[in-house]
Amino acid sequence: MKHAGRLTVAAIAGALMLASCGTDANTTSGAGTITPTGGGLTGTINAAGSSAQANAIAEWKKSFQAANPGVEINYQPSGSGAGIQAFIQGTVAFAGSDSALNDEKGEPAQADARCKTGKAINLPMVIGPVAVIYNLPGVDGLRLSPATLAGIFNSEITKWDAPEIKAENPGVSLPSIPIQAFHRSDESGTSDNFTKFLKATSDWPYEPGKAWPPEAKGQGAKGSDGITAAVKNTEGAIGYVELSYAENAGLQKAAIKNGAGEFVELTPESAGKTVEAAEITGTGNDLKLKIDYATDAPGAYPIVLVTYEITCEKGLPAEEARLVKAFLEHTASDQGQQVLRDLGYAPLPAGLLEKVRTAIASIS
Amino acid sequence: MAILVKSTAGGQAVRRPAFRRGNGDRVFRLLATAAGITLLAIMAAIAVFLVAEAIPALRANTANFLTELTWQPNAAEPVFGIGALAFGTLLSSFLALVMATPVAVGVALFISHYAPRRLAVVLGYVVDLLAAVPSVVYGLWGATFLVPFIVEPSRFLNRYLGWIPLFGGDTVVGRSMFTASIVLAIMILPIIAAISREVFLQVPRAHEEAALALGATRWEMIKMVVLPFGRPGVISAAMLGLGRAMGETIAVALIFPATFTVSFQILGPTGNSIAANIANGFGEATDLGRGALIASGLVLFLITLAVNMAARLIVARRAAYARAVA
Amino acid sequence: MSAPMPTGLRPVPAVRRAKDRFVQALVCLAFVLAIIPLLAVLWMVVRNGLARFDLEFFTHSMRGIGARDAGGGAYHAIVGTLEQVLLTSLISVPIGLFTAIYLVEYGAGGRLARIVGFFVDVMTGIPSVVAGLFILAFWILALGMPFSGFAGALALSILMIPVVVRSSEEMLRLVPRDLREAAYALGVPKWRTIVRVVLPTALPGLVTGVMLAVARVAGETAPLLLTVFFTDSINHDPFHGPQMGLPLFVFDQAGRPSDTAIDRAWTGALTLILIVMLLNLVARAIAWWRSPAKRGS
Repeated sequence: MKHAGRLTVAAIAGALMLASCGTDANTTSGAGTITPTGGGLTGTINAAGSSAQANAIAEWKKSFQAANPGVEINYQPSGSGAGIQAFIQGTVAFAGSDSALNDEKGEPAQADARCKTGKAINLPMVIGPVAVIYNLPGVDGLRLSPATLAGIFNSEITKWDAPEIKAENPGVSLPSIPIQAFHRSDESGTSDNFTKFLKATSDWPYEPGKAWPPEAKGQGAKGSDGITAAVKNTEGAIGYVELSYAENAGLQKAAIKNGAGEFVELTPESAGKTVEAAEITGTGNDLKLKIDYATDAPGAYPIVLVTYEITCEKGLPAEEARLVKAFLEHTASDQGQQVLRDLGYAPLPAGLLEKVRTAIASIS
Repeated sequence: MAILVKSTAGGQAVRRPAFRRGNGDRVFRLLATAAGITLLAIMAAIAVFLVAEAIPALRANTANFLTELTWQPNAAEPVFGIGALAFGTLLSSFLALVMATPVAVGVALFISHYAPRRLAVVLGYVVDLLAAVPSVVYGLWGATFLVPFIVEPSRFLNRYLGWIPLFGGDTVVGRSMFTASIVLAIMILPIIAAISREVFLQVPRAHEEAALALGATRWEMIKMVVLPFGRPGVISAAMLGLGRAMGETIAVALIFPATFTVSFQILGPTGNSIAANIANGFGEATDLGRGALIASGLVLFLITLAVNMAARLIVARRAAYARAVA
Repeated sequence: MSAPMPTGLRPVPAVRRAKDRFVQALVCLAFVLAIIPLLAVLWMVVRNGLARFDLEFFTHSMRGIGARDAGGGAYHAIVGTLEQVLLTSLISVPIGLFTAIYLVEYGAGGRLARIVGFFVDVMTGIPSVVAGLFILAFWILALGMPFSGFAGALALSILMIPVVVRSSEEMLRLVPRDLREAAYALGVPKWRTIVRVVLPTALPGLVTGVMLAVARVAGETAPLLLTVFFTDSINHDPFHGPQMGLPLFVFDQAGRPSDTAIDRAWTGALTLILIVMLLNLVARAIAWWRSPAKRGS
């Protein structure tokens, strides 16, 4: 039985060692570019939502927590829908969502109920452009119009040397291999925006939505990382993902024809132009946007996705409201929006940013 | 009722009927019963919760939940059903079971009866390693390695065995029911193998030695003694494996192309399951969407239940037959 | 089968010997077939996981790590997983084992036992996300408790208990009836028989079953998503506040569009496998050392 005693001691010693040998102090490059924003804040906020903005939030958390070491922000990238549900249920202080609260599903009313005295507002914070990635060795700068895209993703255009694609890419030698179109097998805001774009600019026959229409066929892969891997490993593949995934994997991106007839390449600026032309359909401080995918603004890349932070204008407990306000001020600040560029997002255009800042100032 | 036999100092046996259970016994029995009842309570709570969440969605459904193939709970007219999903769950799980069980039983036999004694412990541990791999890793491995790797063998199967409906079809891709079933088979193999191994190790040596003494070869001994003895245990193990396969969420979600058709052509770009659908739809689901997913979870429950009941029936009937014949 | 009269040893007829050899080959083949995917998976995990297999990974959390930064680690996830798995085992093993004891020893054949057995079968098929949803709805929303490691442990228990019950039930049934009857005949009360005779005899099998269950729940992601929530920082307290878990960590990092994150994901996966293997080893060592066979009785 002495072995049992020794084993127990060893186990306890091991546990104690384990408990003391970890640290939260991570020093990384870039920790010097923070601007202190009233550094004495303490507390914890839980948030959840879109995974498209996960990288942006990670970067913002880093700088915010460097300036306010007493604050803990936990953002769970579980998906826009899950984020909204968690917000309505009251378990998170704000939600990140690729689409604003949906009236048809009664979400604004439910969110208002959670906010008790106040209203729930949608604050656009991140522009995530959607890149059309493809894998055709030797064919760079492929140009595609919405009509051709619709044909490809609807499994009507099946080979790369189809006349429609040839017409848009004169002088480019296209191989005669089959097109393998990949779409998201899981529901996502990216699919939602992509299908909305197709519906608005071509004769895409299906209702846009977060779930890919099964009649359009093609192959499904889970997550933007799944599509990226699938396109990377399959010659002749085409898919749609957020810009950050395309950049990280070094994949070829197509130039898309916008409403003005130009084939525009995807850059943070060209994506920003489309959002500039967007109409604000929310009232007061609710800045819900209606994106015009068929925009004819010059140099605008039409396939964009805007991620909103959804929170209560009034009605959060005082502690939480203070932290949420401070964090959102940070994300909407110039430094905050600057970081977006390097991460494969686009910053908000100036006019919209002003309105967002005004709205944040009213949070209490 | 145990009868205590006590011997007195003079060697006379005194019989004393023990009708009273001791305190220890009472407490122990209480604990055991309480555990059973706790389990029931948990199950009841889960069932109530699931039904409560599912009902609003089911009521809003405009199609037959059990036969409808598509899944659109968020459309203006919600239309969703588990037809394709249940089919996919059953097909992929049974394929996985068919592929895993023979191999698992073989492995268990190898470790219990064929391998050198000292090696057997190490080998058992090595197979248990398969169980230690988390499901998300199997999904990542499946999606990044197996999916491209399986295309050639799938094409081979399609070309030469395409006359079997299972391997037929025009398109052969990596993200298919076949690939997902293989990953599931690998995941449930250690469960079936480990429990079968333990069962085979418990076969009374006397029976084995009796067979061997009568001149049986090793295989004949196994066939006559080990397998019949171990059959209920192996079936139980297989049921545990099947339950795991049917409920596996993340690994298959990373491989399935998430279509909503019913097709026996496992090499083609079709495949979905109830659990994978939950994984795919959950993050973005609205209230109604969630309720629909939970309703599909309820159906999965019922399917697991039916399969397990069938298995228990088979075991019971075989046991009765064995007793009657013996 | 006709036994040859013992006038001498006759060699086994060729056909039977061939069958025996054939089966031997099949069985070895089965083993090889089982090892191949294991090696393939482990090879992939080790090859990709070695990149970040450094001290920093094991001692740092992810607090303050930006989107594209290298560095950071999984300490918070390791602590979280260990605490959650420990709590889960503490809840599940007693309940599961006692239920199995009830089914085999006390209730066998009775109506309650049949109902319990029925529901255990149902429980084995619960999708992991449903277990998480239930605890979210019941413990966190209805009872208003915070996200915590304990909530995660509750969700994982729902998944672990049926596996423990089913496997323990099988192992207990395998204990020969004569052992029990011998004990009763000697006047040992029932509970003592179970504790001193049945359980020790079945111990290696019980340990196998428990370790299988632990291995399964240690790798579950979906229940953790809904109950322990998510955090980048270290939280040693499993009863208050969000924690992190290794499967969550792997799942989250693997989906990010940054190579540094994907490296961390693979190392996290490797760590998880190592932890489960270690627990397995320790449990087996204890079982072997405590088993009656070893003690020579």
